[in-house]
Amino acid sequence: MSPEKMVHMANQIATFFKTQPGDDQADRIAAHLSDFWEPRMLDQLHAHVVAGGAGLDDLVISAEARIAGERESA
Amino acid sequence: MKDFIIPPMDSKSDRDMGTPAKTGAPVTLEIDGVAVTVAEGTSVMRAAAEAGIPVPKLCATDSLDAFGSCRLCVVEIEGRRGTPASCTTPVAPGMVVHTGSSKVRKIRRGVMELYISDHPLDCLTCAANGDCELQDMAGAVGLRDVRYEAPENGSLVNHFEARNTSGESNPEWLPKDDSNPYFSYDPSKCIVCNRCVRACEEVQGTFALTIQGRGFDSRVSAGNADDDFLGSDCVSCGACVQACPTATLQEKSIIEMGTPDRSVVTTCAYCGVGCSFKAEMNGDELVRMVPYKHGKANRGHSCVKGRFAYGYAHHKDRILKPMIRDRIDEPWREVEWDEALSFAAKRMRGLQEQYGKKSIGVITSSRCTNEETYLVQKLARAVFGNNNTDTCARVCHSPTGYGLGQTFGTSAGTQDFDSVEQTDVVVVIGANPTDGHPVFASRLKKRLRAGAKLIVVDPRRIDLVKSPHVSAAHHLPLRPGTNVAVVSALAHVIVTEGLMDEAFIRERCDWDEFQHYAEFISNPRHSPEATELLTGVPSAELRAAARLYAQGGNGAIYYGLGVTEHSQGSTTVMGIANLAMLTGNMGRPGVGVNPLRGQNNVQGACDMGSFPHELPGYRHVKGPEVRKVFEETWGVEIDAEPGLRIPNMLDAAVDGTFKGLYCQGEDILQSDPDTKHVAAGLAAMECVIVHDLFLNETANYAHVFLPGSTFLEKDGTFTNAERRINRVRKVMEPLNGYADWEITQMLAQAMGADWSYSHPARIMEEIAATTPSFAGVDYALLEEKGSVQWPCNEAHPEGMPLMHVDGFMRGKGRFIVTEYVATDEKTGPRFPLLLTTGRILSQYNVGAQTRRTDNVVWHEEDLLEIHPHDAEVRGLKDGDWVRLASRAGETTLRAKLTDRVSPGVVYTTFHHPDTQANVITTDYSDWATNCPEYKVTAVQISLSNGPTDWQEDYAAQAAQARRILPAAE
Repeated sequence: MSPEKMVHMANQIATFFKTQPGDDQADRIAAHLSDFWEPRMLDQLHAHVVAGGAGLDDLVISAEARIAGERESA
Repeated sequence: MKDFIIPPMDSKSDRDMGTPAKTGAPVTLEIDGVAVTVAEGTSVMRAAAEAGIPVPKLCATDSLDAFGSCRLCVVEIEGRRGTPASCTTPVAPGMVVHTGSSKVRKIRRGVMELYISDHPLDCLTCAANGDCELQDMAGAVGLRDVRYEAPENGSLVNHFEARNTSGESNPEWLPKDDSNPYFSYDPSKCIVCNRCVRACEEVQGTFALTIQGRGFDSRVSAGNADDDFLGSDCVSCGACVQACPTATLQEKSIIEMGTPDRSVVTTCAYCGVGCSFKAEMNGDELVRMVPYKHGKANRGHSCVKGRFAYGYAHHKDRILKPMIRDRIDEPWREVEWDEALSFAAKRMRGLQEQYGKKSIGVITSSRCTNEETYLVQKLARAVFGNNNTDTCARVCHSPTGYGLGQTFGTSAGTQDFDSVEQTDVVVVIGANPTDGHPVFASRLKKRLRAGAKLIVVDPRRIDLVKSPHVSAAHHLPLRPGTNVAVVSALAHVIVTEGLMDEAFIRERCDWDEFQHYAEFISNPRHSPEATELLTGVPSAELRAAARLYAQGGNGAIYYGLGVTEHSQGSTTVMGIANLAMLTGNMGRPGVGVNPLRGQNNVQGACDMGSFPHELPGYRHVKGPEVRKVFEETWGVEIDAEPGLRIPNMLDAAVDGTFKGLYCQGEDILQSDPDTKHVAAGLAAMECVIVHDLFLNETANYAHVFLPGSTFLEKDGTFTNAERRINRVRKVMEPLNGYADWEITQMLAQAMGADWSYSHPARIMEEIAATTPSFAGVDYALLEEKGSVQWPCNEAHPEGMPLMHVDGFMRGKGRFIVTEYVATDEKTGPRFPLLLTTGRILSQYNVGAQTRRTDNVVWHEEDLLEIHPHDAEVRGLKDGDWVRLASRAGETTLRAKLTDRVSPGVVYTTFHHPDTQANVITTDYSDWATNCPEYKVTAVQISLSNGPTDWQEDYAAQAAQARRILPAAE
């Protein structure tokens, strides 16, 4: 998918979890992405983050780091 | 003679009991020496029927309140004077009734004699011969002679002879009205029993019919004297035809084909109401569909689609032979099943070898049965070896799954449809039941006429807002895209004015999360006054609506795709759940949260594990214990990572990593948003297998076409919006040779699977064995009970009409913070108007079925509704061709000026492929589920000369792609 569309979708998820109480937003974004995004979408997100993560919400970037960590250890 | 055989009192009997059943304290009386006990308020007629004593009747039928006009049902009651009508006389304790005294027999004969004196005696050639209550009653009362004659030299005073013997025309005679495509009205056979008029009022709630004139001049009339049925308000639901005791209102199919000789109870394949019907057959020919009075979803009612629009099953466009082609620019080649299946299997396996295991997937159908859907997702998971399965619920109710799952713990409506009868305040949000779910709408309107209050939250002034004898207490005409702001404002009023049910919240919900939520929602930025500018909803009206919902008694919310199909669809669903929890409107009859499902088996398709992230029963694929259940049953390893959703499949196809698709019973090219993107995705695939009744739009891009079977041609189950599992029964052999479940099985076998299901019942056994909420479901139980509502298991062996009665499925109900976030689809100078989409009564979804029936007389093209103010500034008149453009694309259609829509908002339907409303819709989607944002698109409108280049190119490509080579001799 186009990077713009991916960034838009990821940021939409972040926007929701940002409004939720607590301080575990990045974890919850990571959990949502792992639950609903297919691996090649996560790969694309990872590649985008590695390339600088243009346009992505900071929380998405932290969430992505957690997912990448888990996927590496799996 | 059928009325004289006392049938056993079984619950499936079709016997007409004369007046509706009542509930109340038991009352015992004696009828013709038989002691009978019935509920207080029951009529003497019904009590007699329950004792097995049929009292002759004409104007009474048990779907309508007693009327007492025909005087045929008179009886004698000891201690009472005269001969009261048994239909309008309620039972009393100790009453002694005689239904067959010589006195009442004489009266009945006299009444019948008068009726027959003004009725043609053409019984042998009458369409209702053998199915006519007038004929039956003439026999029952022993009428042998009609003494009334026209006086010598006097005028001919009857309604049924067009001319007298001298050839003079009879001014009292009226010709047949054949304007409705499905039934005819023959005034010459009318006995003015009022049943049709009452059915239109009491059952359907349209009030299209009336009795015009008085006494001998009384005539049934659809509107004014010069209106015909088609031109009237009639919605062709068939209730009047059903109620008519004679041939006056008669199905044209009966007139053409004769009366049926057998019937099979089955389930309608249109909307999510899931009405039960009797398919009445003559040999293997379907003569008519009649609503089944014991159907628990519809209680004997129907709409124009289920009742009449089944002709597509035999339409000439239906494809009955499998077809293949190497490339989509080639014409189709008809082949045998073996060749088509091995061609498909080889291609799909080849794609997996070349591009990887995850390069292919499936789309299951919400129009197919549970068993078929289960097999299609199993095909992906067990045979393809991936989780690339999705269903069209993705584009309609996926936010319901997510939102209700998060708040209540399960993805389903909380009530049965009967629940509406105990509702005091109905809130309809983003749904248009009179068009989309007509039979439920009739039940709802009946409750509204009995005094329940109605709140409508919708950008359009839908029919429910104001229609005969129904008017909404509050209509909140919000600006498309501001659902969350409106729902939050309602919650704000409830919380800040202290209208919540604190006892319920403390007992049933997570109190800490409620505290967070209450603090959040109390913030003045959520107040109706603060959001008014944004939502366009007057704050006073919104406050009044919130108070009514919170304080008006049993409050029930019904919602539709106007809630889900938004960037914040899931958030709105959570907001709705919050409202129900705040007010304690959960867990008893008359309340709850009720998603109205679009297609017949949306609920079932979701239940059956069609989504790429969850196995049947809503269990995420990441759970090893869940995978184990299926791995052991299927003997394969299941991928632990979620698969692609429909929009993701199309994106991946454009990217070149998704190459093959098996699409059963869906037309994604027409129904999914951003048509150009869908077309690009399909064009990029190397093997598209379309399994459908017709060469639909998606098939223009297909390499394999597998002809499907209709719901009349197979066995299985559908699950409606109430979670009700209803049987679909085969009434005729599949014209294409195989039921759809067999075709999926053959494809699986061609790809190497060892499936050997012999009947859908075997598939249901596997579903029950693997899925806890279906553990108790089997065909024998469905046969016995008629239907069951899941969960059906050891704890609830007969299913569960109401959910969350003693507590939420997830334990404590969870309040979730719902912050409004404006969609990125914004109006501006280029696209200043907001387009929202919907549907119309006579057409269904992409129209593949209904466009191939006479329903087109009501809606032959999609129109653009536009407010006269917006039209005027653009120089548009009613009926003008207009160009409708968004950033995604443009199309043309004709304008309809109406103040149903607010200024700034335009509306259209998506039933016709030549309009392709989805060329306009964008790729924005719900944040949680990717459900497309169909309901908000910024558009511009201008005058146009005709179809756009795109429409012409599309039509040319479609014509090219639909060519079929003549079969080789």
